[in-house]
Amino acid sequence: MSKRLINLLTPIFAVLLGIILGTIIMLVSGYNPVDAFIALGQGAFGDVYQTGEVVRQVTPYILAGLAVAFAFRVGLFNIGVEGQFIVGWLAAVWVGVTFELPTIIHIPLAILAAMLAGGLWAFIPGLLKARFRVHEVIVTIMMNYIALHVVNYIVNTKMNQGSSKTGKIHETASLRSEWLSNLTTGSSIHWGIIIAIICCFIMWFLLEKTTRGFELRAVGFNQDAAHYAGMSVNKNIILSMVISGCFAGIAGAMEGLGTFGYMAVQGGFTGVGFNGIAVALLGGNTAIGVFFAALLFGILKIGALSMPLAGVPKELVDIIIALIVFFVAASYMIRIVLERFSKKGVK
Amino acid sequence: MKKHKIGMALSLVLAAGTLLGACGKSDDTTKDQAKGGDKEKTTFSVAMVTDVGGVDDKSFNQSAWEGLQGFGKDNGLEKGKGGYDYLQSTSDADYTTNLNTLARQGFNLVYGIGFLMHDAVDGIAKQQPKTNFAIVDDEVKQPNVASVLFKEQEAAFLAGVAAALTTKSNHIGFIGGMEIPVIERFESGFLAGVKAAKPEAKVDVQYSGAFDKAELGQTIASKMYSSGADVVFHAAGATGNGLFKEAGDLKKKDPSREIWAIGVDRDQNDMGPDVVLTSAMKRVDVAVKDLSTKAKDGKFPGGETAIYGLHEDGVGLAPVNSKAPNKDAIDKAVKEWVEKIKSGDVKVPGTRDELKTFSAK
Amino acid sequence: MEYVIEMLNIRKEFGGFVANDNITLQLKKGEIHALLGENGAGKSTLMNVLFGLYQPEQGEIRVKGKPVHISNPNIANDLGIGMVHQHFMLVDKFTVTENIILGKEITSGGQINLKKAEKEVRDISERYGLAVDPQARISDITVGMQQRVEILKTLYRGAEILIFDEPTAVLTPQEIKELIQIMKTLIKEGKSIILITHKLKEIMEVADRCTVIRKGKGIGTVNVSETNPNELASLMVGREVDFKTEKIQASPKHDVLDIKDLIVKDSRGVSAVRGLNLTVRAGEIVGIAGIDGNGQSEFIEAITGLRKAEKGSIKLNGKELFGLPSRKITEAGIGHIPQDRHKHGLVLNYPIGENMVLQTYYKKPFSKTGILNFKEIYNKARTLIKEFDVRTPSEYTLARALSGGNQQKAIIGREVDRNPDLLIAAQPTRGLDVGAIEFIHKRLIEQRDNGKAVLLVSFELDEIMNVSDRIAVIYEGQIVAVVNPKETSEQELGLLMAGSNRKEAGEGTHV
Repeated sequence: MSKRLINLLTPIFAVLLGIILGTIIMLVSGYNPVDAFIALGQGAFGDVYQTGEVVRQVTPYILAGLAVAFAFRVGLFNIGVEGQFIVGWLAAVWVGVTFELPTIIHIPLAILAAMLAGGLWAFIPGLLKARFRVHEVIVTIMMNYIALHVVNYIVNTKMNQGSSKTGKIHETASLRSEWLSNLTTGSSIHWGIIIAIICCFIMWFLLEKTTRGFELRAVGFNQDAAHYAGMSVNKNIILSMVISGCFAGIAGAMEGLGTFGYMAVQGGFTGVGFNGIAVALLGGNTAIGVFFAALLFGILKIGALSMPLAGVPKELVDIIIALIVFFVAASYMIRIVLERFSKKGVK
Repeated sequence: MKKHKIGMALSLVLAAGTLLGACGKSDDTTKDQAKGGDKEKTTFSVAMVTDVGGVDDKSFNQSAWEGLQGFGKDNGLEKGKGGYDYLQSTSDADYTTNLNTLARQGFNLVYGIGFLMHDAVDGIAKQQPKTNFAIVDDEVKQPNVASVLFKEQEAAFLAGVAAALTTKSNHIGFIGGMEIPVIERFESGFLAGVKAAKPEAKVDVQYSGAFDKAELGQTIASKMYSSGADVVFHAAGATGNGLFKEAGDLKKKDPSREIWAIGVDRDQNDMGPDVVLTSAMKRVDVAVKDLSTKAKDGKFPGGETAIYGLHEDGVGLAPVNSKAPNKDAIDKAVKEWVEKIKSGDVKVPGTRDELKTFSAK
Repeated sequence: MEYVIEMLNIRKEFGGFVANDNITLQLKKGEIHALLGENGAGKSTLMNVLFGLYQPEQGEIRVKGKPVHISNPNIANDLGIGMVHQHFMLVDKFTVTENIILGKEITSGGQINLKKAEKEVRDISERYGLAVDPQARISDITVGMQQRVEILKTLYRGAEILIFDEPTAVLTPQEIKELIQIMKTLIKEGKSIILITHKLKEIMEVADRCTVIRKGKGIGTVNVSETNPNELASLMVGREVDFKTEKIQASPKHDVLDIKDLIVKDSRGVSAVRGLNLTVRAGEIVGIAGIDGNGQSEFIEAITGLRKAEKGSIKLNGKELFGLPSRKITEAGIGHIPQDRHKHGLVLNYPIGENMVLQTYYKKPFSKTGILNFKEIYNKARTLIKEFDVRTPSEYTLARALSGGNQQKAIIGREVDRNPDLLIAAQPTRGLDVGAIEFIHKRLIEQRDNGKAVLLVSFELDEIMNVSDRIAVIYEGQIVAVVNPKETSEQELGLLMAGSNRKEAGEGTHV
């Protein structure tokens, strides 16, 4: 069995194992797994409306997953996607609310602002890592809290339009579309999914096809060799964090310009950034993998919302997601089993 | 070796199962009912969407769900489609989806619990004009939306009176969730109540910034108690659970110590029978039940805002803890203030600005 | 005589690549049996099969005549097979005893009985002449001592058959002598030994028989007493081997590298290079001789821009390189075969083909406006792989999967191909077999003959004497002498490297 196939099969097995173990847990705790999965499927694909919602949910997951994966490929663990996501959201909404511009300028400008904000938020840990070798995990975690509270403060005091949230963005900055919404009988789907898919392509192209990507990956694999080869390790560390932050910022823009159209004071972390870590892990830190992992997470999350209607607590889906992540993290086990299996096949 | 592994995996699964089983117990009974009574079709069904606190937040959302359950029982409805039900939200992004899902399931009336759902209710109400919606704690101006507001300040005022008459250190604490109008009403009313009953007592006001961070609530409570406060009131949802934990811990360590906590939204006496002095009740359950009944009777107040105060029994003070040292005095004082508020003699301030000019007669 | 281990017709494949093809190895009781082969010939694979880490596709393993199925290292251990690894598997912060008993702790009531363990360790070490202090910390003892701990570990676990994997690679000459003594004692005590090595000298000295494998195939087993190093070498490589590198007289020209008063600090902030002066001319090989730790690494890192120098001047063809980043230095015309090929030389997780353009990927034709041209990159890689005889399943294979010798050949190919005015080779043959060493030496001399300057750093005096046109002796961060290899002896060099006789040696600076 080729390495490639094993790389592909590992996450699939992880998903299957997660679902199987989740089923066992349902049985043991007295819920009907068939009902639960039907409810889950109905909740995600019951009608086009639900599917529209899945797409809407998948959009920020893809981008957050890309953000985590991109930094990871350069050997950095960006836990700060959540914070970069929040500042990106605010920046996009700020542009959306403040300016009056034609759509063709307004949307790109708002997304650009989100990228800048997210990029800046990631630049700080990148700089500290490059200059002083401060571990990025610690700094990004702290930056998450700073983001949350600073953004809440700004929303509450500077942009508050009542009820602790900003005003609505102008129509010209909105990614919502009457057409898409009607197509899915009124879901909150928006054009952001196209942006997310483009970003997948950008990440793949940047990492695999450009000299910059060659450097970034080299730094990720072996900093000493990268240095030996004349690459600037520090520059690439900072750059990778900034690009990662840009993806996270765009993810925030999707919420600001698409899903919500405003920003409200956040009672706590949204979880999108943290789900991004799981998505990246499941997707093997590749662009295409992130896309499919995000799709799975979106389906599970939206589908889960309807599970209480079938009398099954939706926390069960959270358990299944956790199990999948667990099995991916423990993919070593799955690999060994697969390799054993393939060996027997040869005999 | 292998056996050992399997055994461990099995015990893990079992452990997870029992935990879940415990969580879902309350649902089990209702589910059984649902299966038993499929034939009986009712014409009116109602559902609600919780905010991120979840249906078991021991506070706001739970109170609303109790109201729905009560309504269901009174009218012979079953949990589920065609009866009464709820959906939980894990993030702000879920509100719209959940509201829409319920509307599409054909529920006649769908509640959005909490001001956070304002925009979601507003949007979905336009999309689903045939369904009636209601929002709690905010106003949505749509013909098919009823808004429910409370005079939280009145309940909080009474809690303030109780706190003022209980404190010995003349040092009282207030823990707010987020700085939003609803909580500002709690804060203003509470401060006014303390001021009215004991002007020399000072109140330490702190906000946790979240409604779902019990550990944060505990930290704040710990600081307040250690700096001399002996009565602390919270209006912070699940964050406030930390307050009861802290008070209970302190009481356990030193049973002779006089410390009290005041609950919010529902009678939170169950959170610590030894330390919960009383609770500023916001009867979301009453409001939900009341509004549901009106809707069922075809009198749905679409486009209107219903305000529930002391007068409507929409807010109130829970029975004062029998272990409180001067329970009688408190009961007496509370009774007097209730009269005054009901009669309109006293207007309890609902904002900080109003509080500045407030003076109790 | 009975065989304690028989590996009969072993075949092992890795996805189409045959690592072991019909290899037979029979170990007699009480003998030292050498396993000889070039790097990548399949020695380690064969031993990993024996140790249960790999399963063979064909063939049979017998222990004391009985066929066995070794599916994991625990079974190998139970059968009395112990491996003394090349890279020690020891916990630095533990004591000798703690390391030895790790995994086989003697416990009484849940507590480790260290006293009893220490006594056992002492008993074993006395019996086999393996003097170590059971209470010493691993981090405090020498490499030679650490190896003894590895040996003790296997003995403690009751090993009857010991596999030594390249045991002398890390040892000093004195320690090698001691090790050979230990092996002889072990045999006397009834153990049997498989010695994996590519050093012919050692085989001649210690082994009874020798099995040779070449490119995965078993070539045969010979009695050491009936053979000689030349025969072994040609068996291993498959052709006649020259031990003395042939070269014509150097004809040095202008100065290429000119270093003045260079001061470099090491990672702890202590000056490792203290006012070093050196010139290397076009068309000559200058060898830096010295004992490890006299500033060689820091010196090379400073020239190549991997480390910041404190003071001094580094001129290449008259251009000052001091303080420039490594890319500018590379572009100025320096090639560098780094001392640690895994750390610096290669990105192990990149295909070998992409490693071939590690310094040139941003240039045409390998990329254009920031977009890589993989067609050109792999064309280049194929050319180099062919030209430098890098044995790899394909140019898309990860560098990680190649043997050390082939990795090194790839690096040399890459560096030589850039045609630098100065080629720096730091320990270019460390851990390589005769065939590869010969190849590399030839390439270095070729560069010289093409009028390039070559700077060679090595701890192997043989190599320095053999290849260099001038030898600069480094001691405590300074070049203390420059001598002509034809006019010096190993003895003189040894003295200079040890820092003695410094004054007299200093007179020889101008050759």
